[in-house]
Amino acid sequence: MNAKLFAYAPAPESRSVVEIASSYGLFIDGEFREAAAGKVFKTLAPASEEVLSEVAYGDEADVDAAVRAARAAFGAWSAMPGAERAKYLFRIARIVQERARELAVLETLDNGKPIRETRDADLPLVAAHFFYYAGWADKLAYAGCGPNPRALGVAAQVIPWNFPLLMLAWKVAPALAAGNTVVLKPAETTPLSALFFADICRQAGLPKGVVNIVTGDGATGASLVGHPDVNKVAFTGSTAVGKQIARTVAGTEKRLTLELGGKGANIVFEDAPLDQAVEGIVGGIFFNQGQVCCAGSRLLVQESVQEELLDALKRRLGTLRVGDPLDKNTDVGAINSAEQLARITELAEAGEAEGAQRWSPPCELPGEGYWFAPTVFTGVSQAHRIAREEIFGPVLSVLTFRTPDEAVAKANNTPYGLSAGIWTEKGSRILKLANQLRAGVVWANTFNKFDPTSPFGGYKESGYGREGGRHGLEAYLEHA
Amino acid sequence: MSTPDTHSSARLSVLKTYKLYVGGKFPRSESGRVYEVTEAKSGQWLANAPLASRKDARDAVVAARKAFGGWSGATAYNRGQILYRIAEMLEGRREQFAAEVASAEGLSKAKAQARTDAAIDRWVWYAGWSDKLAQVVGGGNPVAGPFFNLSTPEPTGVVAVLAPRSSSLLGLVSVLAPVIVTGNTAVVVASKAAPLPALSLAEVLATSDLPGGVVNMLSGDTAELARPLAAHQDVNAIDLAGADAELAAELEGAAAENLKRVLRPDGDDWAAEPGLERMTAFLETKTVWHPIGA
Amino acid sequence: MPTDAAPRDAGRGSLSDVVTSDAALRRFLQGLPGVDAVGLEARAAALGTRSIKTTAKAYALDLAISMIDLTTLEGADTPGKVRSLCAKGARPDPGDRSTPRVAAICVYGDMAAVAKEALAELGAGEINVASVATAFPSGRAAMPVKLADTRDAVAAGADEIDMVIDRGAFLAGRYMQVFEEIQEVKAACGAAHLKVIFENGELATYDNIRRASWLAMLAGADFIKTSTGKVAVNATPPNTLLMLEAVRDFRAATGRQVGVKPAGGIRTAKDAIKYLVMVNETVGDDWLSPDWFRFGASSLLNDLLMQRQKLSTGRYSGPDYVTVD
Repeated sequence: MNAKLFAYAPAPESRSVVEIASSYGLFIDGEFREAAAGKVFKTLAPASEEVLSEVAYGDEADVDAAVRAARAAFGAWSAMPGAERAKYLFRIARIVQERARELAVLETLDNGKPIRETRDADLPLVAAHFFYYAGWADKLAYAGCGPNPRALGVAAQVIPWNFPLLMLAWKVAPALAAGNTVVLKPAETTPLSALFFADICRQAGLPKGVVNIVTGDGATGASLVGHPDVNKVAFTGSTAVGKQIARTVAGTEKRLTLELGGKGANIVFEDAPLDQAVEGIVGGIFFNQGQVCCAGSRLLVQESVQEELLDALKRRLGTLRVGDPLDKNTDVGAINSAEQLARITELAEAGEAEGAQRWSPPCELPGEGYWFAPTVFTGVSQAHRIAREEIFGPVLSVLTFRTPDEAVAKANNTPYGLSAGIWTEKGSRILKLANQLRAGVVWANTFNKFDPTSPFGGYKESGYGREGGRHGLEAYLEHA
Repeated sequence: MSTPDTHSSARLSVLKTYKLYVGGKFPRSESGRVYEVTEAKSGQWLANAPLASRKDARDAVVAARKAFGGWSGATAYNRGQILYRIAEMLEGRREQFAAEVASAEGLSKAKAQARTDAAIDRWVWYAGWSDKLAQVVGGGNPVAGPFFNLSTPEPTGVVAVLAPRSSSLLGLVSVLAPVIVTGNTAVVVASKAAPLPALSLAEVLATSDLPGGVVNMLSGDTAELARPLAAHQDVNAIDLAGADAELAAELEGAAAENLKRVLRPDGDDWAAEPGLERMTAFLETKTVWHPIGA
Repeated sequence: MPTDAAPRDAGRGSLSDVVTSDAALRRFLQGLPGVDAVGLEARAAALGTRSIKTTAKAYALDLAISMIDLTTLEGADTPGKVRSLCAKGARPDPGDRSTPRVAAICVYGDMAAVAKEALAELGAGEINVASVATAFPSGRAAMPVKLADTRDAVAAGADEIDMVIDRGAFLAGRYMQVFEEIQEVKAACGAAHLKVIFENGELATYDNIRRASWLAMLAGADFIKTSTGKVAVNATPPNTLLMLEAVRDFRAATGRQVGVKPAGGIRTAKDAIKYLVMVNETVGDDWLSPDWFRFGASSLLNDLLMQRQKLSTGRYSGPDYVTVD
């Protein structure tokens, strides 16, 4: 390949907009404190393996302190007029907007995802979620949970590393609006934005104990969901851990919602708007390096248009810019952790071993950090591991179909049921397929769209309960 | 501040000229007329407010119609943000409005402050409805056949609003916010006796990212302005909150000519939490059918 | 890239079939893949967020200047106005001789000779003269008049003809009539290059713009052009992106490369760079030249020059430091 005529010069977003302290404590009862046992762990920038900060490791004693603080705050918080709770949430939404660039840079550093995404997707959605649920706080009687619904109590919330602050917003905003108090455990590899959120709570004047952040690992999360004094558990993450949590809460009074893995089918018919379908496929699997539970990781393409579509897709992938996540022109950033990179690598190798054809556009990956080139597998069948297991990385498996029924059968042939996409110019076909697909979110002629007003969640082993919209409120309210 | 400087001091205060608010601008009445606005209790002169004419009302309708496409087409999220911004800007002028409400309604400082605060909170309450109302009053309909069927609320258009006579700010906000939050545009006739908080509110609206023409504020004689508005063929609805029974009946009759949606006066208690009625009164329901079949 | 087209000989054969009858042409155009407006606009907007800095910006500014069809299309045009525009095009920044010249001077047909002569006198013969023709901008005239308009401009020295299509015929579904008009004008052009203007604002839908693109390319257009600059909606990033996709797909199908010219409404360097990013990421290097991409613009040039001055001096420039012609 010749050198490009129009090669973009580096356009890095300034790091100086965010100041990361060398260490952070746990945020319990309105203040930062060291872990009871004094343990800490490091958080890295996955794009460079640079240590960003040292974070307190919360154990059972810390979780207990946090739950006690949340319990103590619950009475006043839930009894407060909804209009006043609303105003706290509006304040938080506004402060998130004001500090959006700082948080975007922070998230990009800690997670490895491109600044373009944190700036244009994550942060606007975080603010929007707080705005949306702020408005519900004084309208709970209209939420469909009876005329006088009640908060559940203390909510234990465990969130993943793929959209750290956005997942926090999805959990914290409806919980607080409904009058619950929360203990939130961010993911081990991406704790920083939650800790910055603690500072936003301080700026908003949120009463102490209403939001508590306990950083740590899986064991910390297990202590939290197992704590006898929590009333509600909300988890987003892998299906395997979701099942463990379901077993843990079995036999208790705890309410549970789970938002787990997926193996979304993106179904392209021959009459699709092809250029836009290509964009949707690219956005569906390469957005956030494919580390998205609702990713369109299986492309089901009608055989009659397969060749044309794959040519267009490969041509388009040639323009993806992989590299420094802080560069404003980067489309695909770093994989979040060495562990995740190993899993993606392992599954991609299994794909090759099982006989699927592997293809990646030419792209130079940085020497430091965790990177995986955008990858497409063709000749994939339903029996291949890469068609069945969630890879959670920038790897697309391409399968074909001949008729709408076959497309539906293949799309539904998975234990998961989170998302699906349909690409066709024919409206009635969209609606027929949408009816037949066993998935919680069906996008037609678009993909990976999110909005605080729109419920999100899965069928089958993709979990239960919905986040977003009026439905998202139900997860935090008792009918009365 | 609207009250003339009564306490003796070295400095004479600068008085504000109150103007109409039409199409995002602050014109005087085209008629050149003003009328004397007085303090509720003392009867002392407060200001000369514009005495708007039927031509001002006509201009206001034109401005409201022009603004309707953009405002109704804005996302619900965007409208909610703007209503919340109004609350923020009003909060910043809380003292000024409390003073204006006190002299307009003859209230103690504390009471006027409480009503002003309630007016601010009312904007916040309605701001939250922008992106929720469709979820509460709309929805999918399970028709017996292979059809997708969805009903959604849509704004009715230009709404003439006769603001309550006695509650100069809280009452005004309570009738105005529900009209515009859903995407309607409004021509408001302020309380004749107590128009100053309304005219000052226009200054808040003008600095809150609210597009010009979404709210148009007129002061003057209620009946003189209401009659052409009720008969106007390009006005889609009218809220009669500020009309007495006799006038309301007359206006409702005039409104029948183009089948305006009419909201009749319903008491003067603006303290209670409003329900959905003031919003749904100015909404149309649109139902969309689409076949389902591969 | 041109090798992409090689395996598609079957496609090439079928393309000559599609213009054999009105019905075949209509079926072909209506059978083109649909355009999803939301997705197209989102893609154009996303490309608009590219951040073009330092060396890339310097390259883009000079490239954009070299792609300008510096335009005056006013009823008030005079030879004096046209000459001064030619001088501007030949030496855009008198203070900086490294500034590239524009691609062409675009005028009404009766000014083509004036422009040709002025450019020759300026020693800027490599700048083309583009003339609008075919009853620009409405296109509402009888065919003999349109052809005479075209021949006149060519005889006066126009190197390029910017014709308008009959939007009325297009919207009424008389595709073959539009096809034949383009063919006849193309024949009347002789050696002059033909740019075909759609007036996207009047075609109204993206599906129509895609159909018009294929129609014009099948009829022999050398360039397809968004708009006249005389209506409310002119070039926009999405409608230009759509036309770039069309020339890309047309080359893949036929092996023939066609240029694209957005015109009207592109006034700032920032806007122009967004268009170049679209070219870069949609059709690539092969179109990154004045031979294949043009901007129809007038005020754009001075903004590009001010940005160029900023890059070379480090100071923001102002309108007093560029010439008004």
